[in-house]
Amino acid sequence: MPTNAPTEVTPNNSQTTPRSRTVGFGVFALLVLLLALAFVVSLSLGSVSIPLREVVRILTGEPALKESWGTIVLDFRLTKSITAVLVGAALSLAGLQMQTMFRNPLADPFILGINSGASLGVALVVLSLGTAGTALLAGLGTLGDLSLALAASVGAGLVLALILLVGQRVKNPTTLLIMGLMFGYAASALTSLLIYFSRPERIHAYTIWSYGSFSGVTWNQLRVMAPVILVGLGVAVLLTKPLNALLLGEDYARSMGLNVKHARFFILLSASLLAGTVTAFCGPIGFIGVAVPHLCRNLLRSADHKVLIPAVILVGAIAALVADAIAQLPGSQYVLPINVITSLFGAPFVIWVLIRQRRGATSFTV
Amino acid sequence: MNSVVLTARDLTIGYVHSRTNKTVIAQGLNLELHTQELVCLVGPNGVGKSTLLRTLTGIQPKLGGNLLLKGKPLEKYTSKALAQLVSVVLTSPVQVGNMKVRNLVGLGRFPFTGLFDSRSPEDDSAVQAALEMAGAEGLAERFVHELSDGERQRVMIARALAQEPLLLVLDEPTAFLDLPGRIAIMQLMRELAHIHGKAVLTSTHDLDLAMHTADKLWLMSMDGTITAGAPEDLVLSGSFGTTFAQPDLHFNPQTGNFESTQQPVQRVVLQAEGLADIWTARALRRAGFEVLVEGPADLPRVEVVRQNTRTTWKLLRSGVALEFDSIYALLLSLSG
Repeated sequence: MPTNAPTEVTPNNSQTTPRSRTVGFGVFALLVLLLALAFVVSLSLGSVSIPLREVVRILTGEPALKESWGTIVLDFRLTKSITAVLVGAALSLAGLQMQTMFRNPLADPFILGINSGASLGVALVVLSLGTAGTALLAGLGTLGDLSLALAASVGAGLVLALILLVGQRVKNPTTLLIMGLMFGYAASALTSLLIYFSRPERIHAYTIWSYGSFSGVTWNQLRVMAPVILVGLGVAVLLTKPLNALLLGEDYARSMGLNVKHARFFILLSASLLAGTVTAFCGPIGFIGVAVPHLCRNLLRSADHKVLIPAVILVGAIAALVADAIAQLPGSQYVLPINVITSLFGAPFVIWVLIRQRRGATSFTV
Repeated sequence: MNSVVLTARDLTIGYVHSRTNKTVIAQGLNLELHTQELVCLVGPNGVGKSTLLRTLTGIQPKLGGNLLLKGKPLEKYTSKALAQLVSVVLTSPVQVGNMKVRNLVGLGRFPFTGLFDSRSPEDDSAVQAALEMAGAEGLAERFVHELSDGERQRVMIARALAQEPLLLVLDEPTAFLDLPGRIAIMQLMRELAHIHGKAVLTSTHDLDLAMHTADKLWLMSMDGTITAGAPEDLVLSGSFGTTFAQPDLHFNPQTGNFESTQQPVQRVVLQAEGLADIWTARALRRAGFEVLVEGPADLPRVEVVRQNTRTTWKLLRSGVALEFDSIYALLLSLSG
């Protein structure tokens, strides 16, 4: 610490805020640039390699060198990349909200069992419809995918309704956390039961879904998915101030004039909407929701949600795009499950960040 | 000059478990808090001090009676208006990482800012004023997790002051601090009342400090009654002794200390002067002796001899004379 600080506190005071703000702007400008870069690169990668310059040409509406490239980029890769951006932003933001609300560094978007509910919905459709059902799903193609999304939405929605109901009644957020875990266990148990009595090929279909994927989302599905996620993001932005108050715990927040019940309701609604929608369309995608908020807190050395919310949206989107790019195994015909990539590459990275950070700088202690 | 801030009339406090099931902790409470006064709430563990504080600040609903803040019922205030008059420092130490002290104190502006929490120059100067009042201006640019317990408590008080409260309520603010830290925080609370005109209410287990610092004590006893008065009034009326009565401990109104009621088994005669007399007698009492100035010759006898700068303790017991160069050595021999 500079020792001259106390002597010139008053004149310093008015200058510190703007100075730290400009530093923040620099970081954000860099993040936006990175996001743009990651987005364009993700469009050029895949089983057919398309040069970056051509991708930019296609995006700006000019004719590409090969006609097929235009189709590949606009009809397949663009949806996938937009999906990745939405998923990354949604999961990171939902994770941030849960970590702050429960003041628990291990909280993630699915901590309250949203994804278990979604999985149960999907398992019911995939595993219990019988041979005819499976054949139907396979035959229907995209429509089949939409029915999976619908099943997952119903499952996630049911768990969400339960959580919101309970969330208004319990006094202590920790109780809510444990109840959410129990919902999750119950839903998982039912899913396991379905798997136990299912045929191997159907289990395989379910397993494929549970690996998560950005590529199954079509333009039609995006028309549903994008607005719902944007609404969730909007609600989250409106919750910036309550989230900051909740950093000190619910009692302090209440003493500062926050209606904790309302805040809790809208935080749960926003986080569950974000996480539930993602799971419905892309399957359960782990890790991003836990890791990105930690990464941003360390990167920006801030706990202020005015900084963290835009940061996790940007970093989350970048992380999802990068994970997707790695999953494509550039130059090969293989595509790895997205869940494998997020955990395999993300875990060591976050461990490295945590080890590097200063002692005691974790945002919450349990 | 000093005006009434908060009045409790026939107040009942406790917990509501369900519509029919309530736990009443205290009832019929009549209390008043004034500006420019430091009130210390003291009482045995588990008597309901925190519940009282939480009820008086509106964190927890009352079970009955009236609570008037500036003459208006507490429950008639919006949570925002209440937060502009009353602020709190809670017991549990707050652990936030990656946050600078100035930002933490800035959270106290919550009830004054709009939906997007944008700060006006008034907000910034209120934060600065709060930091200065709490003596935490030198900590402003440090991270909260780098602070010592005492510094953190100052910062939490600054956060409460940023709400520009009329009434400041603290729940055991000295609990995690060492003795100098406790004294400093007590002095700070006294300044906030006397110099800055706040009404300050704090609960504490530091009876001794409370007796030396508080303008008024609220003495809460196990039966849920509260006796209020200047510390000295409570000693003279005997309330102090009865509230903290324990089978093997009693309050000595002569010294203002709590003393063990265990009867000493042995007696010893001490001959000494000045400070050496006071501290040797203390040591002997601690070791379980009754200390006499004069006594029959068959009792052990301790003499403190000062020669130039050297002090020695002579022990005469059963016709044997021993000499020690410290109280510690003397006690070892006496109890051996």
